[in-house]
Amino acid sequence: MSVDPTQSSSVAAADAADATIGGVSSAKRAWQFFLPLAIFVTLVWFLYQGLFLNPREVPSALINKPAPAFSLAKLHAPDQKFSPAEMQGKVWLLNVWGSWCASCRYEHPFLNDLAKQQVVPVVGFNWKDDPAAAKSWLVKYGDPYQLSVSDLDGRVAIDWGVYGAPETFVIDKAGMIRYKHTGPIDAKVLNETLLPLIRDLKKAS
Amino acid sequence: MRPPYRVSIAMCKSLISTGVFSRFGLKMAAECRSWFSVVLPLVRGAYTSAAASVVAAAFVFLSAGVVSPVANAQVQTPEAGLPSPEVAKRLKTLESELRCLVCQNQTLAESPAGLAGDLRREVRTLVEQGKSDAEIKAFLRARYGDFVLYKPPVDPKTYLLWFGPFGLLLIGAASGWLVARRRGLAAKVAHQVGEAPSTPEKSKQVSSQQRARALLDDDVADKDGKR
Repeated sequence: MSVDPTQSSSVAAADAADATIGGVSSAKRAWQFFLPLAIFVTLVWFLYQGLFLNPREVPSALINKPAPAFSLAKLHAPDQKFSPAEMQGKVWLLNVWGSWCASCRYEHPFLNDLAKQQVVPVVGFNWKDDPAAAKSWLVKYGDPYQLSVSDLDGRVAIDWGVYGAPETFVIDKAGMIRYKHTGPIDAKVLNETLLPLIRDLKKAS
Repeated sequence: MRPPYRVSIAMCKSLISTGVFSRFGLKMAAECRSWFSVVLPLVRGAYTSAAASVVAAAFVFLSAGVVSPVANAQVQTPEAGLPSPEVAKRLKTLESELRCLVCQNQTLAESPAGLAGDLRREVRTLVEQGKSDAEIKAFLRARYGDFVLYKPPVDPKTYLLWFGPFGLLLIGAASGWLVARRRGLAAKVAHQVGEAPSTPEKSKQVSSQQRARALLDDDVADKDGKR
């Protein structure tokens, strides 16, 4: 290729002009590339988190509200009534269970363990159950409850916002609901969530 | 995991005893166990799901024609005694606006769950006590939270939910308009290039045109030289 020098310099000048404009547009191009990428990554992060959320876990509307009052017959003494007011001044648990409930059987050994530790009284809330079946269930698997009450028609459970068994409420000394665990309790829930919370609530006056 | 594992070992043993493995030149003892414990459940899973889908299809087919009237009848009237027509009408609307917390994608009216039955009974009691729809919804919201309402309330927590889609639509429309405008401008510029090269955009195009012309001239000169 034989190129005369004047012509080649004009081509070089055009190249230089192109480069400066190219510099501006490459910053813009980077922006056009990274903005959608950032949006995509954010979306993926949220969707990924969503994989590990439990849609069945509906946050309770009763947290930091007074425990709903009721008066229900005791499972082992149907002629006697129990009401939450009797627990005033104590930190206590209300555990919703039923002999028909499979997950309750899974969590039961952990409740038995908890009862052995004697850190907190647990009241059993026998939900829509046949009292005879409930009693024989407790004989078979152990009875961790200070007492159980029978909610035969599920009317009181509605007041507590119960929508499945097992559920466990933590009630403080003033009779306020401080925490609700939906689903079976296991060692992890007990040691990492419930017991520390109970300890804190007991310390508070 | 237990049963498939045990079965796989039994299968393994019988296959070893029948000489299947030696025929294929496979030495199988420990490997066999691990191999089968992985493969067999998969195979069985495939068969099971195929069978399950056949059963499900049959069930859907049957329930569409035969079972559903019966099932619906059970779902619709678990309460004792029929409500008066106006109460029934209110119940129908209310129950279709409330969510069953057990079968979370069903309304109270549709759900066969035990809790839904309890809540339907509760709603009916409240209606018959003369409570307004708003009061009944407030009653359930106090116990089960916003989730019990199929239509979430409009408050600061749900602004994104209610207005987010419109926001996205606006962003889409705005960026579409911007892109269209830029393309329109570029087309105009390309049209006017020959007349007045003044802006950097235009001078860039002019410079590349010059360069192209220079290269072409060069090429032509080259070829001429060779000839």
